Amino acid sequence: MIGEVATQAGLAYAFVEREVALMKRYWLWELVWIIYGIVTSLSVAFIGIAAPVISGNAVDPSTTSRFVLYLLVGTIAWRFMGLVFENIAEIIAWERWEGTIEYTFMAPVPRLTHLAGMAAGTIVRAVVFSVTTLFAVMLFIPVDLSHANALSAVTMLAVGTVAFMGLGIASAVFPMLWTEKGLQMAYIVQAVVLLVSGVYYPTSVLPTWLQALSVISPATYVIEGMRRALLDGADLSALWPLVWPALLVGVLSVPIGLRAFIAAERYAKRTGRLKRSG
Amino acid sequence: MTIAVRPAIGPPAGTDPGQAGHARQALEARGIVKRFRASGKDVVAVAGVTLSVERGEIYALLGANGSGKSTLIRALSTLLEPDEGTVTVFGLDIRKDELAVKRLINRVSVEASFFKKLSAMENLVYAGRLYGVPASEARIRSRQILVRLGIAVTRHDEPLEKLSRGMQQKVAIARAFLTSPALLLLDEPTTGLDIRSKREVQTFVRDLRDEHDATILLTTHDLDEAERLADRIGVLHEGRLVVEGTAAELMGRHGTRGSLEDVFMSITGRKIDENEPSEIAGER
Repeated sequence: MIGEVATQAGLAYAFVEREVALMKRYWLWELVWIIYGIVTSLSVAFIGIAAPVISGNAVDPSTTSRFVLYLLVGTIAWRFMGLVFENIAEIIAWERWEGTIEYTFMAPVPRLTHLAGMAAGTIVRAVVFSVTTLFAVMLFIPVDLSHANALSAVTMLAVGTVAFMGLGIASAVFPMLWTEKGLQMAYIVQAVVLLVSGVYYPTSVLPTWLQALSVISPATYVIEGMRRALLDGADLSALWPLVWPALLVGVLSVPIGLRAFIAAERYAKRTGRLKRSG
Repeated sequence: MTIAVRPAIGPPAGTDPGQAGHARQALEARGIVKRFRASGKDVVAVAGVTLSVERGEIYALLGANGSGKSTLIRALSTLLEPDEGTVTVFGLDIRKDELAVKRLINRVSVEASFFKKLSAMENLVYAGRLYGVPASEARIRSRQILVRLGIAVTRHDEPLEKLSRGMQQKVAIARAFLTSPALLLLDEPTTGLDIRSKREVQTFVRDLRDEHDATILLTTHDLDEAERLADRIGVLHEGRLVVEGTAAELMGRHGTRGSLEDVFMSITGRKIDENEPSEIAGER
């Protein structure tokens, strides 16, 4: 049993090592994305700083500081989960673009191990991006983390990561089934999740029909939970009402996504879609 | 120079030729049919192919573009599910025992498919890991195989996109050999290579079989290559295996002037470099 787990971990590590090697080779693009992430986060934070000017009302500095952190938590947490989602949803499209899809799917690696390896590689990338963005933003803008409960925030993010891995795996099915339009469909899923999850605003400002969608988005709970943890120091027991819905999405979406992926792979093998040109 | 690969993984326990009669066959395909939907019509790419390849044999499938060679190879390599028929590899069913079959096979396609930004060595170490070869061992063996194939050590760590098409194809061949497959599927492995590279690869293929007990199924439309390498040759025409035998048998049986080209012409009515009329772009 332990030997088998070690074997599968070794196989999964192949994908992590590959992703890290690709990050090094595409370093200029990675740098571009990191800078883009930093600039986006800074831009959003400056909206917070400009709140008194924009609103035309005097706002006390502590309220402004809270507003800035509110926005930063949303943008950085979304960046993290968005990367996890994108990288996993792009598994098929990326391999097709590189021309390696046939070799990856011919390899004697169980699909679960393959996807776990890709998810691990993605998390490495998302951590590098998010931590770099956070520290870069803190160079420009004072961020008050004096009340933060880091453990609660990291736990919320971990729960959200699992949920987004599941959504990413399920969305990776689209490029498998629709070689030309599948990736666009995955991006639309991501865009809708961004809109309804309260990344930059409370979901209560959304129209009622969109609020219904926010209930099923794991990001809604994760971002709200991270805000309470980092702004108000909420501990895990206080956050439980936000943890369990996100956890539930993860517990459901990972196995459902995996089953959908395997079914789509089978369909692709029947119809000849499992190849570089689709 | 000995090829730096492990002996082929070989058939699984219980399917050794000495223990199970049927496992003398490395590959057994029965009644393989594959249809594709194109422009609202069903097109038959492979129309009931039955073939078997014995352990240690080099079997060449000859066919024009569109004859169904690549579709058949994709079906044998688990990338395509046949509509009808069964395939066993060393007695293992390709559907029921898919993972075990994958451990026994590898494939080289006509297009060298790699992470082009990564070096040959990085690609090979990655491929090795997927087949359970430790990275340190993969590095040593990769160097030896690449040198054996004529790629200088100085090129091993360059991004693959900087290597020529021929070199990339050699790296693809090295990748397949690195995993020591018991059954190697070569889909037009020397297409696009210059004469010298072609010969190097052909010698390597033969050495791999002779020294490491590998079984090789290759598709080609290079008649010289088939004659030079193969123990047996099958001709695929419009998705059907229309004839098979040794080169000498085929030339004798079809009463031609002693060349495989004549054999091919007399069986199919066209030259091997003519496309089949019913070719589906990219599928056959």
